[in-house]
Amino acid sequence: MKSLLLPTLIAAGGIYLIERFCLPSVNPYYVTVMYAAGFNIIMAVSLNVINGFTGHFSLGHAGFMAVGAYASAGITCKHIEALRGALIFCPEPVANSLILLSVLLVGGVCAAMAGLIVGLPTLRLKGDYLAIATLGFGEIIRIIINNIGSLGGGRGLPNIPPLTNFFWTFLCVVVTILTLRNYTRSSHGKALLAIREDELAAEMVGINTTRYKVVAFVMGAFFAGIAGGLFAHYNNFISPNGFDFIQSVIFVVMVVLGGMGSITGSVLAAVFLTALPQFLSPLTRLMETWHLAGDPKNVIYPLLLIVMMLTRPKGLLADKELSWAGVQSVFLRLRRGHAAS
Amino acid sequence: MQRHVCWIIGLVGLSSLGLGCARTDGPAGSEIVIGEFGSLSGSEATFGVSTKEGIDLAASEINAAGGVLGKRIVVKVENDESLEDRVAAAVQKLINYHNAVVVIGEVASGRSMVGGPICENAGVPMVTPSSTNPKVTERKKWVFRVCWTDDFQGEAMARFAYETLGARKSAVFTAINQAYSQGLAEYYEKTFKDLGGNVVATESYQGGKDRDFKAQLTNIKSMAPDVLFIPGYYTDVGAIATQARQVGISVPLLGGDGWEADELFTQAKDVIEGSYYSTHYSSDEERPEVSNFVTAYKAKFSKTPDAMSALGYDAMKVVADAIRRAGSVDQEAIRAALEGTKEFPGVTGSITIDENHNARKPLVVQQLKGGKPTFVKSVQM
Amino acid sequence: MSHLDFFFQHLVNGISWGAIYALIAVGYTMVYGVLRFINFAHGDVYMLGAFIGLFVARATGLSASTRSPALLLLLFLVPMVTCAVMGAIIERLAYRPLRNASRLSSLITAIGVSLFLEYGGQMKFGANPQYYPIVFDVSSAAATGQTTRLHITDQQVLVLVVSLFLMVLLNYIIFRTKVGKAVRAVSQDFEAASLVGIPTDFVISCTFALGSAMAAAAAVLVSLSPDYRVIDPLMGIMPGIKAFVAAVVGGIGNVTGAVVGGLLMGIAENLVAGPLGLSGYRDAVAFAALILILLFKPDGLFGKGKVEKV
Repeated sequence: MKSLLLPTLIAAGGIYLIERFCLPSVNPYYVTVMYAAGFNIIMAVSLNVINGFTGHFSLGHAGFMAVGAYASAGITCKHIEALRGALIFCPEPVANSLILLSVLLVGGVCAAMAGLIVGLPTLRLKGDYLAIATLGFGEIIRIIINNIGSLGGGRGLPNIPPLTNFFWTFLCVVVTILTLRNYTRSSHGKALLAIREDELAAEMVGINTTRYKVVAFVMGAFFAGIAGGLFAHYNNFISPNGFDFIQSVIFVVMVVLGGMGSITGSVLAAVFLTALPQFLSPLTRLMETWHLAGDPKNVIYPLLLIVMMLTRPKGLLADKELSWAGVQSVFLRLRRGHAAS
Repeated sequence: MQRHVCWIIGLVGLSSLGLGCARTDGPAGSEIVIGEFGSLSGSEATFGVSTKEGIDLAASEINAAGGVLGKRIVVKVENDESLEDRVAAAVQKLINYHNAVVVIGEVASGRSMVGGPICENAGVPMVTPSSTNPKVTERKKWVFRVCWTDDFQGEAMARFAYETLGARKSAVFTAINQAYSQGLAEYYEKTFKDLGGNVVATESYQGGKDRDFKAQLTNIKSMAPDVLFIPGYYTDVGAIATQARQVGISVPLLGGDGWEADELFTQAKDVIEGSYYSTHYSSDEERPEVSNFVTAYKAKFSKTPDAMSALGYDAMKVVADAIRRAGSVDQEAIRAALEGTKEFPGVTGSITIDENHNARKPLVVQQLKGGKPTFVKSVQM
Repeated sequence: MSHLDFFFQHLVNGISWGAIYALIAVGYTMVYGVLRFINFAHGDVYMLGAFIGLFVARATGLSASTRSPALLLLLFLVPMVTCAVMGAIIERLAYRPLRNASRLSSLITAIGVSLFLEYGGQMKFGANPQYYPIVFDVSSAAATGQTTRLHITDQQVLVLVVSLFLMVLLNYIIFRTKVGKAVRAVSQDFEAASLVGIPTDFVISCTFALGSAMAAAAAVLVSLSPDYRVIDPLMGIMPGIKAFVAAVVGGIGNVTGAVVGGLLMGIAENLVAGPLGLSGYRDAVAFAALILILLFKPDGLFGKGKVEKV
């Protein structure tokens, strides 16, 4: 642990410097894309634990994000003055950070509880049924929030204090990746893989599948809740429609594209799919000449899903992670091939 | 562990460098960019398209007359697809990518309430042509509107129901996910009760989503109201009116400016026959501003303009006028000039921006006859 | 309006929608029966049926004054046939290659097809709602002579008549024809059926075709209703999910179950939104029902339990 402290502090310092000095010179519009990528990375990686590693197909991940978003925003919207008052002795950025961290934790815990509520009953279900049940839960969460007047209901919750900043978003992304990576590399993670491959055999070998499956759900939900809280305090406005089934599917596309079981895959896919819509404007113009209206990304995502399933169902990186060794070996193979010919 | 951290930091660093170098849409020196966000598709498409047409007509007239401060007006449009979740991205793109000097939008109050804070934080003046919920401009320095607000509209319609139609029992059917609908209903109910009436039934629906309203309408029917107030958007009103007639509700229907769409008047012609709604102007009015506008609009778009087009037109002209009075494209100066708008001769009436950044204008009640709105009366503030 | 009338009115509304859900649910249940696969895109085939019907209506200039039995028949037949073909094509292109792959892959592909149809539809047809012409009179009283207490419209009668007819037809096809027998055989045991020489690929295509045709008919029925004339590319999502739940409630794989499930779904929804006054939770009824049924009686009302062999 000691050897990590120094690099961690250096990294944290570096991020802070990037935020203060580099970020203001980046066009604010593209900064929003970066934030979006950050949130999506957390969502994709957390979903991968449930979908990819455990093999439990969850179609309701946006619901957990919603719980986190509404739980955290519900607190700040109504009590931000009181909270700020209590922290009056702190300089403002510190106070903001403390408030953000605490509401993020609250959001994460609430989402984790939702994960428990969803995970426990769906334990016995398999494959398609599990997917549909999670879809159902995701939608029920959305409809319940839709009917809570004090949280804005269908009109959405506006005026959320803008507490999210680059530093904390980046940190949360890194923490999510590292935590889940360690989790999946541990014996817990191996148990999940065993469950994914053959649940019955895993039971026979003595793995308490119930416990591991629930833990996977809860962990995935927790991080989704964190992402939700970050998103809410960045966007200043959330509405139940932003957390619907379509949104869940977008996260699924990221996991499927990147590779079910590859954390790096999810990260790369999340970044790629977040940035993709920005480069589609020439395509939009082309489509207009064909009298086709609308956002091309809406059609590209499902096509991507279909093509991936037909050609490379395990995703681009499948189970593998990206590492120096991997890149080196690919490089070596290319060189050897070149030398041979 | 360290390698992964390096990868991640490297990834983010590279992407920020890459994105930071990307160019944005910069205006040429001889142009003034006005941003517009609206619902060009989706459940309130007619609003967005009508408003856009009004704005385009105004912009082309302004440019034909030499532009503003010697520069051409260029309007950049972003579509929010009638979805509140798309508004933030649309407005941010207008401000940061298109570098708009002023933003015009939106029609739906709920969506204006999302765009407003963004413009407020960015110090960009925002003028909404037709959002009527008072909260849109409440405590805002940079957000303005060129129309009246729902406290006025709700009260006017409640009075109309009670005094002109003699209704004593009213039912109200609101869209639970639309700030406009909820707000307008609230003001209507308050006035109706203050006048001595009784609101016998309140039901709600999911605006833009629900297709079947018969359950709620059956509930309403069982309370036997004298009048049914439907403060929603035109897409739903047609189906609601049809189903209301189907379950046997035969009393007059009342609505607000959200009804203003030719689509509703023609498609639901039979079921809304004889119903009343309030709006911002009547194309039959005999003022010169109205007849000039209607003629020019018909020449360009081959149809009669509705209130949304008229308001879009007025908004664009008010913005141009403010820039002219400000003498520059400095956004603070434009903001101050907007605040000082006095008796601007708009199509929808004389526009004076009051201390709440709202306009004080008369309201028009129309009745639908044979699929066409006909003027009934005008109500002053 | 007395309490009983009030209740019955909601019941009537519920049964109308129930019949629609039943027609769509049949498609889900048949496909699951033969392939053990949930065709996520079924709701969107329903949507396509509505749009094809709209084009037919526009092309033939159908309206209240020009409606004739021949034109109405065309209005139903063209979408039904076209969707039958499209259902079979989708199966051939997107699902057949994955028949031996993991169930998850097929499910993901189905979701992809569904979204592609929805957003592709938005691109081609535009995202704005479009209107069917008014074919049936709006002001209601059914031709069967009518009490003033309950309002049953011409169109609701049409829904009941047409859906009843289609159910009977489907029943006949499944239980009295050779194709139907083949479908039942494949449902029961895919391998055995192919071993005895049944052309399983053809049978599966037929299953998709039949289900799609039913859904298309449902779509036209709904769109003809003066209340629901509005159609848009996303109109299939909710009815699709609700019909799927109906199929599960009735016992997925069981056609009678699908019909019963559909009716129950429609009635439950209207009772929740009407007498219980919880209109905001109308859609939640479907999801709640789904979860409850999956947890407590996953085989549905008419399903039989299966033993899992280790």
